[in-house]
Amino acid sequence: MDLHRRDFFRVLGATGLTLAVGKELKAAPGPKASLEFRGVLYDAARCKGCRGCEYDCAEANGLPEPLPTKDIKGLRTTDDKHRTVVNEYKTSKGIVYAKMQCMHCNEPACASACLTQAMTKTKDGPVIWREDKCMGCRYCMVSCPFNIPKFEYHSANPKIEKCTMCFETRVKKGELPACVENCPNEALMFGTRRELIQEARRRIFEKPDLYYDQIYGEHEAGGTCWLYISPVPFKEIGLNTSVQNASYPALTKGFLYSVPSVFVLAPALLLGIQQATKKDNSTKPQDNE
Amino acid sequence: MNSGHLISADNDGKSIWKFLFRQMKPKGRWLTPFNIISIPIIFLGIGLIVIRFWKGIGAITNLSQDVPWGLWIGFDVVTGVAFAGGAYVITFMVYILNMKKYHSIVRVTVLNGFLAYLFYAGALLLDLGRPWNVINPIIGNNFGVSSVLFLVAWHFLLYMIAQLIEFSPAIAEWLGARRAHKILSGMTLAAVIFGITLSMLHQSGLGALFLMAKEKIHPLWYSEFIPILFLVSSIFAGLSMVIFEGSISQRVFSEQISDKHREEHHSIMHGLSKICTGAMFAYFFLQLLVLVHGKHWDLLNTPMGRWYLLEMIGFVLVPMVLYFYSYRANNVFLIRLAAILTMVGVILNRLNVTVIGFKWDMAVHYVPSWMEIVVTLTVLFTEIWIFRWVINRLPVLRESPKWVNEDKLTDKPALAKKIQRA
Ligand code: SF4
Ligand code: SF4
Repeated sequence: MDLHRRDFFRVLGATGLTLAVGKELKAAPGPKASLEFRGVLYDAARCKGCRGCEYDCAEANGLPEPLPTKDIKGLRTTDDKHRTVVNEYKTSKGIVYAKMQCMHCNEPACASACLTQAMTKTKDGPVIWREDKCMGCRYCMVSCPFNIPKFEYHSANPKIEKCTMCFETRVKKGELPACVENCPNEALMFGTRRELIQEARRRIFEKPDLYYDQIYGEHEAGGTCWLYISPVPFKEIGLNTSVQNASYPALTKGFLYSVPSVFVLAPALLLGIQQATKKDNSTKPQDNE
Repeated sequence: MNSGHLISADNDGKSIWKFLFRQMKPKGRWLTPFNIISIPIIFLGIGLIVIRFWKGIGAITNLSQDVPWGLWIGFDVVTGVAFAGGAYVITFMVYILNMKKYHSIVRVTVLNGFLAYLFYAGALLLDLGRPWNVINPIIGNNFGVSSVLFLVAWHFLLYMIAQLIEFSPAIAEWLGARRAHKILSGMTLAAVIFGITLSMLHQSGLGALFLMAKEKIHPLWYSEFIPILFLVSSIFAGLSMVIFEGSISQRVFSEQISDKHREEHHSIMHGLSKICTGAMFAYFFLQLLVLVHGKHWDLLNTPMGRWYLLEMIGFVLVPMVLYFYSYRANNVFLIRLAAILTMVGVILNRLNVTVIGFKWDMAVHYVPSWMEIVVTLTVLFTEIWIFRWVINRLPVLRESPKWVNEDKLTDKPALAKKIQRA
């Protein structure tokens, strides 16, 4: 059974690789590169749930102002009007808040799904969406393991909405993302993944009683640029703990790598069979349909 | 060579426009039950499509942020393309394996396949939020080569061209274009080989689309083997469609079918049911392996598990046995029944992967709106209208005009002599 497991796509994949001269599929960023990506560390132990970041995000991105806290009931998710939300969770250690937004994966499923490269991973780390390229197929929504991209269903010119880490408007110019800049509690920290992971480790090391000993996003989905530390296990604050640790685009690589080899092998094989069966038939009288 | 029908004489000298104009006119009775049902639905559907482009996709569909793909992708595109798989299987049998017996159904199957792709690609455009950007990945503005959807979209496009070439001799015969006919017929084999390769890749590619939705699809339907399962099931999905469509065409278009073809029809059905049995056996076995491999025994005794068993036993195993039995017992009725059950099974399977099993654990489930269903029917009915229009005019079911054989004979003098002697 274990031999089956690797399955013929893998074998084909290997042949495909050797045959696909000059056909480079987007290579995965090495561990080095992924440490230099910019990202944000969110510390759920520091967040006081003021939701200031929600307001700053809406303002920075021209979205409608979010509801005041008193009108909010239950848990919310991001949608086509809200690129980020802060939810309140009753956990084993009392109330803990968690901010949700795009994780800016090191190897984003959304970008590998996108056939127009509208969704794309920048060299700096943020994953952005480009209006002039997107054809609105919503394959990114199907593929994102965190269910982040959202679609304007009630528009004739619909957009995909998701956090872009304020890449075009701020980060590119050396400024901080709107949410990071304005957080009054220093729950958000901007930096390279290397710095952020170090900082997260330091905080956990210094206050082992306060923190749950893990960094969410260090390995999830192949690593993400947005990292979390929290006083409680991540499941309790609504983070998706069923995601795999390997990258998601890798799931389709076997198939995609097999394509070039099929293109070379199949026609040759078909032509061969055709020739072989033709000889067979020519000895019989043809009935001309 | 008993072709009594001359579709159009060689058109040399006559105005092609006049001819085309004449052909545009409807033929036959107007008030058939099909027309009475389909015409209002098509008009309603067109109205809904206008609303969709005016107010957005959400205005007529029940799609949500959680369920971005619904009936239009799951049924129109994913299921429809599986059913259109008959074209690559039949062309493989006839042109690659040289199984001459099936030659009489090549044209109608290819036509069916081509129209299916044309309309399902059309349905895809309806589902795109920003269809005007669809040219980006085509003209090379942006090649998302790491995207399975990119591959599938391109293959749709190329395969449609291949199918058009495969079908083009029929168009040439209709227009009476003798020289073009010769050239186009010469391209058939290349188009067939290209088409089969493309089909293998995009039939499995449609499954590969869902590989990244790993945690979102119910584990009984998600596995790394979806692409292979989709490919294998497209063989019997396509052939069952051929059997189904053939049985209907035999009646509806009976005046066009020569006696010779009618006799052949039964033996063709039997041959196809044999192939279906084999393909379904392989598929069932693969599914079993996947189940064993995934070790999801515990899930079988849940509602979704029973639904899974219904699909696998009721609509794969049962029709497989029926196919097997019917070709041994020489029973046409059973073949048709098996074809219908198989088609239901394929619809179930594709919908289970794409819609029903997608985020199965959500509190609120996606159910298509009546408007989505009407638009789907509109697409389907329009396709049937065009199909009928073509069948009534082009030599698809009926025999080719006489000159086609004359040309063939002059091409192959040796063969001509042989036949004359016979
Ligand atoms: S979280 Fe989703 S949307 Fe964000 S980068 Fe990852 S795959 Fe893309
Ligand atoms: S909806 Fe737009 S961004 Fe998302 S995959 Fe399709 S083209 Fe790319």
